[in-house]
This record gives sequence, structure tokens and C-alpha cells, in this order.
Amino acid sequence: MAHDTAHHGSNTAKIWKVFILLSVVTIVEVILGIIKPAFLVETTVISMKLLNWIFIILTIYKAYYITWSFMHMEGETKGLRRSVVWTGIFLICYLIFILLTEGDYIYEVFKAGHKSWDF
Amino acid sequence: METAVTKTGTEDKIWGGGNQPLKVSYGKMMMWFFILSDALTFSGFLAAYGFSRFKFIDSWPIADEVFNHFPFLHGVDAPMYYVALMTFILIFSSVTMVLAVDAGHQMKQKKVIFYMFLTIIGGAIFVGSQAWEWKNFIKGEYGAVETQGGNILQFVSPTTEGDGTVAYHRVGLKDIVVIDAHKDRVQHDRKNGVWFTKEETLPTYTISEIATGFTKHSDVLIRTQELVPDIEKLKASGNPRKIAEAARLEKQLVNPNDKGQKAIYKREFSLKRMGTAIGIVEGANLTHNEYGAPLFANFFFFITGFHGFHVFSGVIINIIIFINVILGTYEKRKNYEMVEKVGLYWHFVDLVWVFVFTFFYLV
Repeated sequence: MAHDTAHHGSNTAKIWKVFILLSVVTIVEVILGIIKPAFLVETTVISMKLLNWIFIILTIYKAYYITWSFMHMEGETKGLRRSVVWTGIFLICYLIFILLTEGDYIYEVFKAGHKSWDF
Repeated sequence: METAVTKTGTEDKIWGGGNQPLKVSYGKMMMWFFILSDALTFSGFLAAYGFSRFKFIDSWPIADEVFNHFPFLHGVDAPMYYVALMTFILIFSSVTMVLAVDAGHQMKQKKVIFYMFLTIIGGAIFVGSQAWEWKNFIKGEYGAVETQGGNILQFVSPTTEGDGTVAYHRVGLKDIVVIDAHKDRVQHDRKNGVWFTKEETLPTYTISEIATGFTKHSDVLIRTQELVPDIEKLKASGNPRKIAEAARLEKQLVNPNDKGQKAIYKREFSLKRMGTAIGIVEGANLTHNEYGAPLFANFFFFITGFHGFHVFSGVIINIIIFINVILGTYEKRKNYEMVEKVGLYWHFVDLVWVFVFTFFYLV
């Protein structure tokens, strides 16, 4: 494809910037994971610890930069971008929603059931 | 540019397949769709992990206690440092890969060789680290006993800290066992069996040796898989079942206020629990593991194994392309798109690891 070689200057500076960003986010995650601040563990948002929400959001943030910058998704056409990203995100969200709901339901059944499962 | 990318001979025929609405070559587009389908496979695994975890939300192993090894630091509790290092290695090899792709765009062969070499080295270190993690996980550290119902009981012993608080640290099977010198049970081998079959490896100790040792060591307590719930919340719930549960925990545990930690039973209840133990578990395999729920080990093996296999195949593919770069194949083609395609795969492997890291080690 002509556009690959034609208007590609060097992106080195931008690559290193993204690397630093990803490193900083990872370091923040590890620090939070080790000290586990009490108020983040005790606060619950939509039946999950706030700390876990922070981890998940930071992960998605990292995933965005890897896909957009390293995999160069930002340079692809709208059609390719949407057919890959939207399909993936929709199916994954759906899968996670049904499986976690079901898992929680089974937990409640075990918990409230009249059968002992620690025998 | 004639041999740059696969041509189908239909480039100028709009209705014959010559149209490229996505403005990428066939190979690159298909790499993207392969990545999409592979991402769905991984999310299937991770969602199944989430399912099992929600199902056993009050008894899942605590990752910090399982993955706390660091090379050359024996006996030091180093939760997560090593996986954090592995994450950095993988992110860094992703950076060198994107630098190789960038150098390819500028047709700088030497630079592509250098950066691809670094990428391959990073990938190899990562696979090696994962093998080391597996080794630690399979070997286990303390050992535990398993009950009739398939639950894991671990051993702890109290120590008084400088400020007067009591801390419970794990003790291994080898610390409490009283060896029975008269045991005559030997492993049944191929050579002495009638049907030339061998049995499974015998555990280092028998359950009766551990039971005797546990009775002798009167300070050792039992730690179960249960995570201590918020007792105050249970009491305030108004549900008689939950209030009874709170009363039971307060009566039986030494640590009823350690919310989110593993439950440790008082000595008399520990003895009762020990009575239900039927076997020894040392380390982990697909059916038993000393860390807790067997599913935990299954998911660990499947998810990190599947990812490790991707890294491994990524390294192999990188090596093939690396050799091609050295041979000057892409110089002749005047196009380094192949490097870009394997680069996409390599970044994807990194992308998956970011999620595995979060859901296995952090959350």
C-alpha cells in the first residue's frame, strides 16, 4: 500500500512516550496492589470493590494505547476499526455480563440452599 | 512494489474484488480478524474464570499469597514483583517491535534487525519466566490437607509481634509432621506389580503422620478456604440465617475481624476440622492444589498456558521473519509489511497479558 511508505515519518518519540505512559500505569497498578489502600478496598461500587474498578479501568486504558498506538489502529479506516473493535467489545461485554450474573446467582443458591457443601 | 503484498490480479476490477474499502492489504486485514477471533477465545477463558470466581466469591485463593516468589530470594514474601517485572519485559518487547516496524517503514534494514532481535530476546525471557512461575506453582510451598468434601485445610502458627498483636504465619507439612518409623507402605512400581502398572506418586507423608503431628503441636491452627465476611454487616442484616452465621464465626474463629482474610479456627475447632481430613496435597495439578479451589489451578494452567503458547509461537514467527529480514527478502520487496503483520500479533500477545495480569494477579 502506497500510504505505508509515503507519509510515514519516524514515530520514535511518540513510541517512547507511550512506553513511559504504559510503564507508569503498570507501576501505579502494582503499588496499589501491594499497599491495597483500606478506603479503596472497603468502598463498593456496583457490587465490586472500588480498587478492582480502578484496576479494570487502568487495564482498559492500557489496552487502548496498545491497540491505538502500537498496533496503529488510529491509522486504519473507520470501517476496519469498527468491525474489529465494536464487534469485540460488544461480544465480550455480553459474555461477561451473562457469565458473571450467572456465577453470582449460583453463589446465592449455594449460600442460601439447604444442602451443606462443606461436608 | 509489484511483489510487496499478495495481489489477486483483480486490482482494477471494481466488481471483481478489486475494491479495497478498508484500504489495507488482504494479509493485514486477515491478521486483524484473526486477532479479533483470538481475543474472543481469550475473553471466553477469562469470563469463565470470572464466572467461577463469582461462584466461589467467599473462598477463592488470595493471589498475593500464591504468587509471592522472586528468583534468588528464597523465603522472602514478594507478592507480585515478579509478574510486574514480566509485564515490563513484555511491554518493552512490544516497544522494540513497534520500533522495528517503524524502522521498516523507513527501509532501514539494520535497525529492523536490531529491534527484532531485542523483541525475540524479550519474548524468550518472558516464556522462561512463565515456566519458572509454573514450576513454583506446581511444586507448592507449604502443603495442605484435603477434606472429604474436597476443601483445603492449611496450617498456621501464631507469633506475637513487637507491639503485642498476634500474627499467624503459615507452617508447612514438614514442620508439623511426626514421622512414623514403622510405615511399610512403598510406592508400587512397574517392576514389582502383577500387571506391570505403576501407581501414582505417593505423597511425602501419610495423613496419619500429619494428624499425629497436628495433635502434638498444640499451637498450630487450621486455616480454611473461607474468607472472613463483614461480621457487622451480617449482624445488621436482620436475616436470622446471617446472624447465626456471624455468631458461629465469632465463636469459632481467632480472627473474626480480619475481613477478606482466610478464616483461622480456634484450636478446639481446628482439631474437629482436622478430623475430616482424608489426604495430603503438596503443590498443584489439575485435580488438587494446596492453594484452595481446584478450579483456581485449572484456570491458572489453561489461561497462562494458552497465553504462554501464544508467546512461544509469537517468538517462533518472529524468528522466521527475523531470518527473512537478515536475508534481505523485504529489501527486495521494497516493503516491510510482513514485519508489521507479525508485529500486530506480537502486540496482541502483550494486550492479552495486560488483561491476564489484571484478572489473575491484581483483582
